[in-house]
Amino acid sequence: MLRLEGLEIRQGDFALSADWALGDGSICAVMGPSGGGKSTLLAVIAGFLAPQTGRVSWDGRDLTGLAPAQRPISILFQDNNLFPHLTIERNLALGLDPRGRLDAARCAEIAGVLERVGLAGLGERRPAALSGGQQSRAALARVLLMDRPLVLLDEPFAALGPGLRMEMLDLAREVLAGEGRTLLMVSHAPEDAARIASDIVMVDAGRAAPPAAAGPLLADPPPALKAYLGR
Amino acid sequence: MRWPGGIAAGLVIALTLGTLGAVAWRSGFALRLGPADWAAIRFTVWQAALSAALSVTLAVPVARALARRRFFGRAALVTLLGAPFILPVIVAVIGLIGVFGRGGLLNDALALFGLGPVSVYGWHGVVLAHVFFNLPLAVRLILQGWLAIPAERFRLAASLGAPVGRLLEWPMLRAVAPGAFAVIFLICLTSFAVALTLGGGPRATTVELAIYQAVRFDFDLGRAAMLAVVQFGLCGAAALALRAAGAPETLGAGLDRVVERHEPGGRLIDMLAVALAALFLMAPLAMIVGRGLPGLLELPSGLWAAAARSVAVALGATALTLVMALALALRGGALARLSMLLPLAASGLVMGTGLFVVLHPVVAPRDVALVVTMLVNAVMALPFAARVLAPAVAQAEAGHGRLADSLGLHGLSRLRWLILPRIRRPLGFAAGLTAALSMGDLGVIALFAGDGQATLPLLMVRLMSAYRMEQAAGVALVLLAISLALFWAFDRGGRVDAAA
Repeated sequence: MLRLEGLEIRQGDFALSADWALGDGSICAVMGPSGGGKSTLLAVIAGFLAPQTGRVSWDGRDLTGLAPAQRPISILFQDNNLFPHLTIERNLALGLDPRGRLDAARCAEIAGVLERVGLAGLGERRPAALSGGQQSRAALARVLLMDRPLVLLDEPFAALGPGLRMEMLDLAREVLAGEGRTLLMVSHAPEDAARIASDIVMVDAGRAAPPAAAGPLLADPPPALKAYLGR
Repeated sequence: MRWPGGIAAGLVIALTLGTLGAVAWRSGFALRLGPADWAAIRFTVWQAALSAALSVTLAVPVARALARRRFFGRAALVTLLGAPFILPVIVAVIGLIGVFGRGGLLNDALALFGLGPVSVYGWHGVVLAHVFFNLPLAVRLILQGWLAIPAERFRLAASLGAPVGRLLEWPMLRAVAPGAFAVIFLICLTSFAVALTLGGGPRATTVELAIYQAVRFDFDLGRAAMLAVVQFGLCGAAALALRAAGAPETLGAGLDRVVERHEPGGRLIDMLAVALAALFLMAPLAMIVGRGLPGLLELPSGLWAAAARSVAVALGATALTLVMALALALRGGALARLSMLLPLAASGLVMGTGLFVVLHPVVAPRDVALVVTMLVNAVMALPFAARVLAPAVAQAEAGHGRLADSLGLHGLSRLRWLILPRIRRPLGFAAGLTAALSMGDLGVIALFAGDGQATLPLLMVRLMSAYRMEQAAGVALVLLAISLALFWAFDRGGRVDAAA
């Protein structure tokens, strides 16, 4: 279980607080106006930013002070999720071992996940030789390989068209959440949340609200969400 | 990883401030400057000021012409403007003597009119060589200023019928010219090879040359030490002035654009400026080849051994410079920035003198001549390599640093999978630059080398002082070819198969 306890984040004029827990296996959409701190919240959970006070814990284990790679977390950013100078296979190998060593067993493992995300046989290509959708699949494949229980998605599919984005969200739900992982995803589009999210965290006015069940919340949005959705 | 950067910074500080300290200690901290010393200081400052003023002034019409005209060969000329940076000083001197020296092109032409001859030796020769080297740099810096003026402003000025010169160009020049002047002033302050070959005597001796003479001929280490302190003070003051004036980007790219202009006229004067500048730059280059080719038939003995020494020193210096520059760029922070700047205020001869003072009681200087030369060359090239590499490293970190963090790439893994592949092009360019600079360096080697230890530039000086100009020209051509080949090979190595 992901738990944020008395979290306070301040950067100049910007401030954000959070104090809640998220159940295992949830798919939680983080929504709210631009500049509200959605990405900042994910950066703190992932360990790129230190909170001023409070702590982040996973299954009772305090993560505060751990480097990003030491946390039980994998994250996909808006862009630059693959090293453009390395082949897809190398990129994935780094998810297994930071020293990038490849042996027969690892190659087979990589080939396996590539097949699962629909990229069979494309391991030798560099990212530039793949389409945008295929690059997203490759990045998802690495998350699968890293096999961490909490996956953060900081709008990695934002640059894709609506159809492709839905396809990727379905894939993420199927291959990531399907195995019991917890997903926390920043989203701008209510239809994304409606499609796959079980919970929604509303980030607005300096506060990340506790997760609320997605269905009822979208059916009868409170004023802040209503304003954000433009209803 | 921060410790390699710490070691690199320590080495730089030891070789710049440390050698200065050794020198100051040797001189007993007493500054007793004689009349000859004062003459050297005066000459150093005023020749640098005059060279910088001439370079910047003459560069303005050339840069303006390049900024607003499109003509055949413009791209080639812009490329040529980058050449003097990797042209060994001593090789250029051969070319300049071929044009302006006794029996050179200029005197041949003057003789047709019953005039001359003029001599290239003396203070005017020193200034001439400095303008030859730094006019292209000034043109590039000022051209960047011109191209940085947004096209919309030219359109606006044209639509208002406003004077472009007073409204746009004069303010740009006032912003750019002081930085260009300061860079060139600093470069000319440390002039040694030019002063050694074209200057000398009571009226054209720089402080660097005086240091060399004090060590090499008089073996007066106290005086050399004192002059070294003076030189460091001069360079340090100039470097501070450069910071105040705003250090311009000396290695910038993207000069192939042409400003769209809307005011008529000026075409004749632009073409004249370009033609004269091209002639001034290309005639000596042509003479290097013209004089060098016959010289190839009677290359001196010891040439290939000297070439091998030069290449070995250059490759060693290149490796060391790249490692240091990379370590400093990865470390970042104030100490790294200081280490990237310090060598600009130091001079090779000051470092050499300091090492001489330190090593003299322990080992015979000539036993370590090549190693010392390599060390000094590496440190001297560091500011240039670091200015190429540091932004590239920062860019790699900005783009993919978080991805690397999330994957746990640290230390050598990060270097191997993130940094090195992302900086291949600038790394190749920096390597080429360092190798070419080191190949052409004539400074500390002149201080240390024994008879059998000459590098190519030193071999040239020895031939020239024996008036064997033809052989010297042949060696110059060989040196130039190797320098360009090294630059090309490294720069090319960074481009081949470099993934975007």
